[in-house]
Amino acid sequence: MNDFKPQIIAFCCFNCASSAANVAQGMKKALPDNVKIVQVPCTGRIEILHLLKPFEEGADGVYVAGCQEDSCQYINGITKANKRVAHVKKVLEELDMEPDRISLFNLSAGKGQEYVEAAYEMVDKVKELGPFLPA
Amino acid sequence: MIVAESKPIKEVLEMVKDFRKILVVGCKGCVTVCNVGGAKEVAILAATLRIARKRSGQEIEVGEHTLERQCDPEYVGELKEIIGDYEAVVSIACGVGPQFLSERYPGVRIFPGVNTQFMGGAEEHGIWSERCAGCGTCVVHYFGGLCPIARCSKSLLNGPCGGSSHGKCEISKDVECIWDTIVTKMMEQGRLDELIEFKPPKSWTTARDGGPRRMIREELVK
Repeated sequence: MNDFKPQIIAFCCFNCASSAANVAQGMKKALPDNVKIVQVPCTGRIEILHLLKPFEEGADGVYVAGCQEDSCQYINGITKANKRVAHVKKVLEELDMEPDRISLFNLSAGKGQEYVEAAYEMVDKVKELGPFLPA
Repeated sequence: MIVAESKPIKEVLEMVKDFRKILVVGCKGCVTVCNVGGAKEVAILAATLRIARKRSGQEIEVGEHTLERQCDPEYVGELKEIIGDYEAVVSIACGVGPQFLSERYPGVRIFPGVNTQFMGGAEEHGIWSERCAGCGTCVVHYFGGLCPIARCSKSLLNGPCGGSSHGKCEISKDVECIWDTIVTKMMEQGRLDELIEFKPPKSWTTARDGGPRRMIREELVK
């Protein structure tokens, strides 16, 4: 049995993902304790460096939870985040690493269930990939 | 500005594979403006190098520094206090930067982290295109303010070639035929006849054909 517990960093949009988190809380649903949340005012503020730093510090996976493409309060924040996540996937590929260690999820304020499912999906995916850095 | 693009990370890793202490040096000039060699990109390259080495279980120490400009000795001199702490330097300035560093610090291994592309400008955020070939004798005023040397695939100075079609160059449908644009603009300005005025052949001695160039302005030299 795989008892590896991946460390995941989740960058969450204050406007949609955090509201989804509140909905999830109301539904008595919790995130896995190995997912650490970094709340951001808008996912458009997340730079490539922010997405790389967790890997440098030993995280096994990173994901961005933001708005739907057409509902960003700041017009195109999630679109920018999507492009930056795609760029980091390319960087990981260039380094012969698994691009699936980074993902983006489009949520909205009412999607509490999906918010929690995204976290579990990421944990399961990264668990399969194994630790990012050698022991 | 001088426009550059990052080298593939594998190429940079291969260059510095024998070194454990590496300094990444950026430049706040053109390469900052084209988002390839400023402080932000220094941090990204440094993080990427650390990730790659950690992942392969190798030790690495990566320093980060960004100079005001790498093409001025007074700023390059800033590195003298710290450069000795590193075995190798990756410069992510244009091709001028690593050369100025090599000349100033002859005992240090200097590597280029970017590929310098051209002199140009930003059409919009994230898209740059060439505008100047640095020929040393600007003649854009003959051509409606547009440069056929830099922007015609053949650098023709006497009109379009047979490969011009519907405003596009034969090399690619994404490349405009600058001669089509020049002629259209001259017609709009009522100056088309100026294009048939005789001009003596252009001297290319001021361009690269005259060898490496150097410029001295006595009023500025100390």
